[in-house]
Amino acid sequence: MTEKIDFDVPEIPARIEDPGVQPHASSHLKPYRAQHQHQEALGFPGELVDGWQEKAIDKLGELTGKYRSLQVFMDSCMKCGACTDKCHYYLGTGDPNNMPVARQDLLRNVYRRYYTLPGKLFPKLVGAVDLTEDVLDQWYTYFHQCSQCRRCSVFCPVGIDTSEVSMAAREILDTVGTGQKYVNEVIGKVHRLGNNLGLPEPALADTLEGLEEDIEEEIGVPVRLPLDQAGADILLVTPSADFFAEPHVDGLIGYAKVFHQAGLSWTLSSHASEAANFGLFIGSYDNMQQVAKRIRQAALDLGVKRIVFGECGHAWRVAYNFLSTLTGPLEFLDTAFPSPQHVVEVTHNLLQSGRLQVDPSANDDKRVTYHDSCNVARGSGMGDIPGGQMLLPRQVINAVCNNFFEMPANTTGDATFCCGGGGGLLTDELIELRVKGALPRMQALQTVDKAHDITHMVAICAICKSQFAKVLPYYGFQMDQILSLHQLVGDALVWKVNEV
Amino acid sequence: MFAGWLLYLAFAIFILGLLARILRYARTPAPLKIPLMPAPRTTGGVVLRLLQEVLLFRSLFRASRWTWVFGWLFHAGLLIVALSHLQYFTDPIWGWVAMIVPFSHMAAYAMVVGLTGLLCRRIMVVRIRYISAPSDYLMLVLFLVLAGSGLLMHHVFYPDILGLRHFTLGLVSGNLSALPAQWLLWVHIGLFALLLLIFPFSKLLHAPGVFFNPVFTQRDNARGKHHVNPWSENTEPDDKR
Ligand code: SF4
Ligand code: SF4
Repeated sequence: MTEKIDFDVPEIPARIEDPGVQPHASSHLKPYRAQHQHQEALGFPGELVDGWQEKAIDKLGELTGKYRSLQVFMDSCMKCGACTDKCHYYLGTGDPNNMPVARQDLLRNVYRRYYTLPGKLFPKLVGAVDLTEDVLDQWYTYFHQCSQCRRCSVFCPVGIDTSEVSMAAREILDTVGTGQKYVNEVIGKVHRLGNNLGLPEPALADTLEGLEEDIEEEIGVPVRLPLDQAGADILLVTPSADFFAEPHVDGLIGYAKVFHQAGLSWTLSSHASEAANFGLFIGSYDNMQQVAKRIRQAALDLGVKRIVFGECGHAWRVAYNFLSTLTGPLEFLDTAFPSPQHVVEVTHNLLQSGRLQVDPSANDDKRVTYHDSCNVARGSGMGDIPGGQMLLPRQVINAVCNNFFEMPANTTGDATFCCGGGGGLLTDELIELRVKGALPRMQALQTVDKAHDITHMVAICAICKSQFAKVLPYYGFQMDQILSLHQLVGDALVWKVNEV
Repeated sequence: MFAGWLLYLAFAIFILGLLARILRYARTPAPLKIPLMPAPRTTGGVVLRLLQEVLLFRSLFRASRWTWVFGWLFHAGLLIVALSHLQYFTDPIWGWVAMIVPFSHMAAYAMVVGLTGLLCRRIMVVRIRYISAPSDYLMLVLFLVLAGSGLLMHHVFYPDILGLRHFTLGLVSGNLSALPAQWLLWVHIGLFALLLLIFPFSKLLHAPGVFFNPVFTQRDNARGKHHVNPWSENTEPDDKR
């Protein structure tokens, strides 16, 4: 590794366990503050506003009136502690404020102080606190140490979902002018240019052309990656990382090969050249809605009949659960596919109906395991049965690869551990947090690796892929051991000469 | 007389406070579909999910076996004890109440075991101690003293049962009489009144809260059914460019 590491990378323990409470262990880890222009582009004040205290408290009250979840969560935690050892950031850092309940309490204690009788009368007794600058600072720190993965929620007897609390807290932070640079800058780029990377249309067209040449060179088949092709059947909306980052781009090539072999008519859009919706991460309904509307608009403009999402975790959650709420019903879509589909669903269908020719032995050089992405596993669905989001990707992998092995059960499915970089934390200044937060996943990977000599871990989320490519080397793995699911698929496709 | 009025007041605050809270939960919108996946797709499935959580503490079972054991013992004990107290408010005593009354002291023991276990965990497990406020210990102590005083009256310091029934039936019919003078009974009743008073303002709200948590109550049906956010409606698909 070329980078200098100024922190201790944790040893991978024999099993995932409570590291012991170490107060302030990660209190120094904060993302950069958003500057004026980042804030204002999203409709937030550029710096900490006058009277921020009152504004923050009012906003908190407003949000508990707008979100039943938040209201119930503020009232219902019985401090049972069931969630305390379930968060990867606690397991990786030992900082007690990374225990989900403690994270919620940073907000809840303020809620209790200003909005409940006991908190007004006997703050000490119930742990209620005044909203001070110190508390605001803790909010900024620890609500940016939550990847909004919902793992804690799985284990909470009343189902409290800390991600909702984090989103609310970040919205309050934005409202008083103390937003986070990485996420807000990215949302600004989407508003301006249509994707997270700020990639303009000509550059995108160039990139796609280059990829077409690469594919033809590799397999001798003129697979196309159409851009803004009006009248296509399918609009593919995929995370912009797919256009150039490794291993993402191999996934994009995989989708293109699948569409080509199945003879589907499809297109990308330069207006909606991004599946990601970082508006979710900051809990901003308005921004999330604005970002989502681009996709509806692009689908209308291009006159497509179906919308398919590429491999991106939180984008799929937004697409699956929120899209029609955010943009209005997508009544113009084909009635057979009235709501957005995941590319894994498309491939799965094609495989089942025999419209893809695959030879799994093409992947015999690989021994793979599969990482369930949080937003897919706990935030969305696939196919017709509950749990399809776990099943379908595995069935696809099994169809295209002979050597598939599971990580331990308490780290997969709906109990999956976050990659450590989700929820708007995928930024360089948080690398220490990201490395430590990846510890439980690395432990699980090491376990399956020891038993089965794994060569690759497969994922269907752009953030997971970027995060793993970055943190795997810290734990003695190789950065290229993370793969896009559709790379496996693409590599296993068999091309007959007459298909050319 | 004083005890009677105190209980009336406490009960009124309990009911009104709880109702206000429940109304607030019911009226606050759930703008987005956020069921914790995999989620049931039918209403029946949601009912089943809630029953598993509320009766069996399914998630807690997955999370922490000891907390589950103690928590379940406490809640199951509490349920039986609470129901068997109907013996003081029904005349003649309802049949099914009479049937569970013989088990009520066993149930109270279960409460004590559960509560003691929970209290020990709260004190001994560093993580849980870290998240505990004074009120979290006191809440357990409150239930412990309630259960303990009940058991003491069951085994050692018998109260004037006839006088007590006279008092409690009087509460129901509106003919207030004096609560028999027995210190343990006064402690027991006083703490019960306190419990009623704090219920709508405390973490005990998890009892109604769990039934209003969209994470549990929503169905996985966003695909088939357009979900409307009442404070940001999208009835009219906007601008075609
Ligand atoms: S949502 Fe995930 S990151 Fe956030 S507190 Fe829960 S487990 Fe931790
Ligand atoms: S599991 Fe739920 S109720 Fe228990 S402490 Fe955590 S958030 Fe609170």
